[in-house]
Amino acid sequence: MAPIIGINSETVTNVTSTDFPGHWPGEDNSWSLSSFRNTFNINIHHNEPLDSSFSLVAIEAVYVHNNTSVIQDEVLCQRLGLVPFRGGKEGIQEFLKWHPRKKDDGMNTVVEEEEEENTKFDYNTIILSLKIACTRNKEAEKGERDPLKAYHNAHVYARDIQFKPFGRQEQYFSGEDAIGPTNPDILVAKLRPGQCIDVDMHAFKGVGSDHAKFSPVATASYRLLPTITIMKPILGKDAEKFARCFPQGVIGFEKVSKKEAQRKGSGYEGHEGENKAVVLDPMKDTVSRECLRHEEFEGKVKLGRVRDHFIFSVESVGQWESDALFLESVKVLKMKCEALKQNLQTMNR
Amino acid sequence: MPPKTKPAEAALPADDVSMNDEPVGDSPSLNDDPHNPARMAFGEQRIRILPGSSDTAASFEFKGEDHTLGNALRYIIMKNPKVEFCGYSIPHPSEDLMNIRIQTWEGTAVEALEKGLDDLSDLCDVVEEKFIEARDEYGTPMEA
Repeated sequence: MAPIIGINSETVTNVTSTDFPGHWPGEDNSWSLSSFRNTFNINIHHNEPLDSSFSLVAIEAVYVHNNTSVIQDEVLCQRLGLVPFRGGKEGIQEFLKWHPRKKDDGMNTVVEEEEEENTKFDYNTIILSLKIACTRNKEAEKGERDPLKAYHNAHVYARDIQFKPFGRQEQYFSGEDAIGPTNPDILVAKLRPGQCIDVDMHAFKGVGSDHAKFSPVATASYRLLPTITIMKPILGKDAEKFARCFPQGVIGFEKVSKKEAQRKGSGYEGHEGENKAVVLDPMKDTVSRECLRHEEFEGKVKLGRVRDHFIFSVESVGQWESDALFLESVKVLKMKCEALKQNLQTMNR
Repeated sequence: MPPKTKPAEAALPADDVSMNDEPVGDSPSLNDDPHNPARMAFGEQRIRILPGSSDTAASFEFKGEDHTLGNALRYIIMKNPKVEFCGYSIPHPSEDLMNIRIQTWEGTAVEALEKGLDDLSDLCDVVEEKFIEARDEYGTPMEA
């Protein structure tokens, strides 16, 4: 079975995998770890290290003591929840544990306050506070129209959020490693004289499936490797046009050699020394199918994708290196299998 | 008064339930952390067999799983020659449930599911191993 998915101008072909037992006479296709080990191959194309340290930590609970700003309590809380925080890598990865998730059975999300308090410790909760009031700047010129000059604290930024370490947190999160907003200039609210915000916040380490704010992954995607097969020669001006149908670096040129020009029925006869189009790097192709829209290339090119060749791209938000993210995710999948196998034993049959 | 010590054997009831051993081996580092959300899932019963199932044709309902496990498991179960049919579905997007249907030629559906989970976790091992190999070859060592 050719592992190529065909891509035509309007249709796709050979889409469904048939590598299963019983599909093809005389072919086994059953799962074999050893043959998987032999055929499976990973190539890393690039791996850029990061040095910023975002975190999986985000504000989950906000306790509003006072808020006289124009921004409503619930909107303010929502904004605070989305502020990304950074802190010492060791503290966040090793010391800080996941906070037990609230039992959410659809209807009853109400958790007894007392019960909730009993689950918060120095190793799973980070306390932050934001206490800020806007006052008039007495030194400002008379008639000053710019609120930033006329008042103190007219703008409330993420940097105004204070970290309140407790328990063993001083040990892990002090100096450079202190918990603080990754982008200190995020505008949280605007105030005018007489208005104030006084809130306490509890930040947890969470999982992306609960809320994207906890996710250590920025973008993760995969695609199948594209193939471009040139069936008949594409020469001269056509070759240049052909190359322009693809992103740069996908198609290159080669001179038609004397040998090729002499071979009868090759399509190169009498074209010695002319440019012909050759495929350089199909991985760079976006499969726009532009080349299939032009009459002159009809029947000369075939597009496809390799069914079992995946190009994975993982971008990290910063806490983990992207290669570590991949490994962690494989571990999670494995752990799921193990947990479910145990479940299977205890299942009522 | 001396502390009471029960003889260990005496208390065992006649119809003692046989338990499976805890999985041993190179368990992932996350496994050590009892607060890890994935680890926490161990405590919960998340698989249910749906009514109307027989030994060789059964549907299983997985709580809290999605396409990530569903599709991978379906593929690996279909690779089992004893399996006649395997498919998965997420019956409703707002319910955190995933169903897997397994029909077998021989052996039970539960066995096929168990083999599927085993094979998938073997696969994970190979992927991990090869990835580390490739990364070492590429030469940007991961920061510890």
